[in-house]
Amino acid sequence: MIVLLSIFVIASLMGGCGKSKTSITLAGSTAFQPFAEKLAEQYMSTHANVSITVQGGGSAVGVQTAISGAAQIGMADLVVLPEEAKQLTPTIVARDGIALVLNPANKVINLTMQQVREVFNGKIKNWKEVGGADSPITVVSREAGSGTRSSFEQIVTEISLTKDALIQDSNGTIRETVANDPNAIGYLSHGLLNDKIKAIKIDGQECTTELITTGSYKLVRPIYLLVKGTPQGEVQNFIDYILSADGQQTIKANGLIPAK
Amino acid sequence: MRIHPRYTQRLAVTILGGATLLTLGVLAFIIVFVLQKGLPAVSIDFLLSNPQDMGRAGGIFTTLIGTIILPLLAIIVAAPLGVSTAVYLTEYTAETRITRMIRFGTDCLAGVPSIIFGLFGFIFFVTTLGMGWSILSGGLTLAFMILPTIIRTTEEAVKAVPKSYRQVSFSLGATRWQTVKRVILPNALPGILTGIMLGVGRSIGETAAVIFTAGSSLRLPSSILDSTRTMAVHFYILAREGISSENAYGTAATLIIAVLLINLTAYWMMNRFIAKRS
Amino acid sequence: MNVIGEKGVQRILSVTAFSAISALLLIALFILNEGLPFIFRYGLHDFLLTSDWEPQAGKFGIFPMVAASVWVTLGAMVVGAPLGIAGAIFLSEFVPKSVMRVVKPTIELLAAIPSVVYGFIGVMVLAPLIRTYLGGPGLSLLAACIILGIMILPTVISISIDSIQAVPQSYREGSLALGATTWQTIHMVTVRAAKSGIIASIILGMGRAIGETMAVIMVAGNAVKIPHSALDSVRSLTANIALEMSYATGLHREALFATGVVLFVVIIILNSVAIVALRKRVAKK
Repeated sequence: MIVLLSIFVIASLMGGCGKSKTSITLAGSTAFQPFAEKLAEQYMSTHANVSITVQGGGSAVGVQTAISGAAQIGMADLVVLPEEAKQLTPTIVARDGIALVLNPANKVINLTMQQVREVFNGKIKNWKEVGGADSPITVVSREAGSGTRSSFEQIVTEISLTKDALIQDSNGTIRETVANDPNAIGYLSHGLLNDKIKAIKIDGQECTTELITTGSYKLVRPIYLLVKGTPQGEVQNFIDYILSADGQQTIKANGLIPAK
Repeated sequence: MRIHPRYTQRLAVTILGGATLLTLGVLAFIIVFVLQKGLPAVSIDFLLSNPQDMGRAGGIFTTLIGTIILPLLAIIVAAPLGVSTAVYLTEYTAETRITRMIRFGTDCLAGVPSIIFGLFGFIFFVTTLGMGWSILSGGLTLAFMILPTIIRTTEEAVKAVPKSYRQVSFSLGATRWQTVKRVILPNALPGILTGIMLGVGRSIGETAAVIFTAGSSLRLPSSILDSTRTMAVHFYILAREGISSENAYGTAATLIIAVLLINLTAYWMMNRFIAKRS
Repeated sequence: MNVIGEKGVQRILSVTAFSAISALLLIALFILNEGLPFIFRYGLHDFLLTSDWEPQAGKFGIFPMVAASVWVTLGAMVVGAPLGIAGAIFLSEFVPKSVMRVVKPTIELLAAIPSVVYGFIGVMVLAPLIRTYLGGPGLSLLAACIILGIMILPTVISISIDSIQAVPQSYREGSLALGATTWQTIHMVTVRAAKSGIIASIILGMGRAIGETMAVIMVAGNAVKIPHSALDSVRSLTANIALEMSYATGLHREALFATGVVLFVVIIILNSVAIVALRKRVAKK
């Protein structure tokens, strides 16, 4: 009886195999992932023939799965696209600032670029060296394949991450870790800021949409959608939707910066 | 200086009892902690509505489906394969070096960390075979993961059936298959079911291997090639990314209760089975 | 009625068995095929014993991760084994059978709780406690040891209980008849007789501790450094694979498979030790 039931379940699932729904998978940047999911939800509410799935994994996963075909669209938030991305067609769909975040209990509100460099290099080990309380700094960073991390290190320059740094695997997890540890410092997408953590100023510049757009806030990177070859059909339609006024409005409303 | 054995015994009982209480206390704390924070969020609505806003609102229905389908596929593949292999190895082959090597290999594979199966599944199923993040990739990976355990526990269960049962059956003129079908399998069934339940339990709780092979889509899967999210993965993502503490605990509570129910059902079935036969 | 016939059944079973075994062999060979060439090329010594893990720069020394896995496993054993064995002894020898019939299944139920739940409790409850009262980032080796120790408790307890209960009652009766107290009987006769089963349970627990991924990623901090104190953040071999496998390519990916091979070998060694321990138990009978 159980066998029959299972066969029925499996058969009904396989029945989906020959349907007319187009399936699009996006994978990559965890910074853009929540936005991609929201945009996908909105797009699918008006386009019932398309089924869009969003996976994470980090920008390097975005590049690789776009190349290998596991994903139709790769998401990457990188300042500079890597060598292997040459075979992919990039489209910038948004810009995003990287906020340097602290626990709300931390009294520090500003760091110079040099201080940021030295904290992440492990040269500055205690908060009191930068005007805070006398406690050791817990550096929290992303894994090596993260676009946010690559961009952060490329913009700040000369960063050789301290071996003591905690590593977490997504923007959201860094936010949670910093929110739970009064001594932590981390970086994450400006679009993911909330009141559990606070963003500090860098060289006196706040991490706000205006200052990011003008360029006064230096930690900015574009968000690319990568497709193998030329985007066609539903893939192109979805990308067009994201670049349309509706899509860009959603992006703006949720904390990212429009592409233009 | 010699202490009277009565006192050492009292001391031993106190220490052992204390350790036991500590152990049970910690384990109870974990369950109570999760249930206390999670049960308020659980309701029929929670279980039957789809997640909204990436899990911030709504229920966990699609993940419930994922949690049912993935282990189901894994069991459908692994149980017949595993039981047949074990029966064949114990009943139809002699004890040779090859069978001993196979047994050792199976034992080892049963102990291999699940992340390695996840790595295998990601490279082989998702990328090389092009199945993408899908129920198929996830189910097959899980099947491979639990296959060694099912083979091993079935073998133990079959071996535990007394030789005399087989001898009596043969002396009555039964063929090997008849003996297996009517004497050995029914007697070994409790043990076999334990192995299968272990496999189910492991599949339900598995997170890393599942994320890398079945993905983490929150949409209701419509075909075996669709990605899906299980409750364990959902809990992990909600909790780690701080998306919704309430829903995270609710998912965890549902997960724990589900696992508890499955295990209890298995025990109950086995007890009834044993009672019926004796 | 015999549509297939005896020979037919045998053939079907042998084909199924063959496919299952081939599938498992496939996995083992796949991993070895991806990982072994790397070890030979890079050098086993450099791979296991250097501490530079910088995939971007082509450096693949996994010693910090090896050290972390070793310490985490040992720590988990220190937490889980004594408590587990103590619990098993107390539950099987001093607790009435009726209570046991409820308690034992409950403990086995606990073995089925997903590791991510344990990990999360570690993050929300244990790590802040460690950070406040002991220092360090909280997400540390200590946190991982404690959480893993708790996770292996059900395994150690339930298998140890089985071993202790399998000791023939005559052993106990003989000892008591000679005038020993219950406790003397337990520690001089019963436990000694159940020794190999208890050791097997510990080895099984060790296997689970080495293979645990999610809980460790959540509470250990994942820093690539050799731990100098229990409050340091560490990254286990399994965590290393999980964190990097989705984007590793080329040599990097091979290095991760090679890490898998290392874990494979460790499990084989552990299993061999377990088999020897269990063989002693069978031989004694």
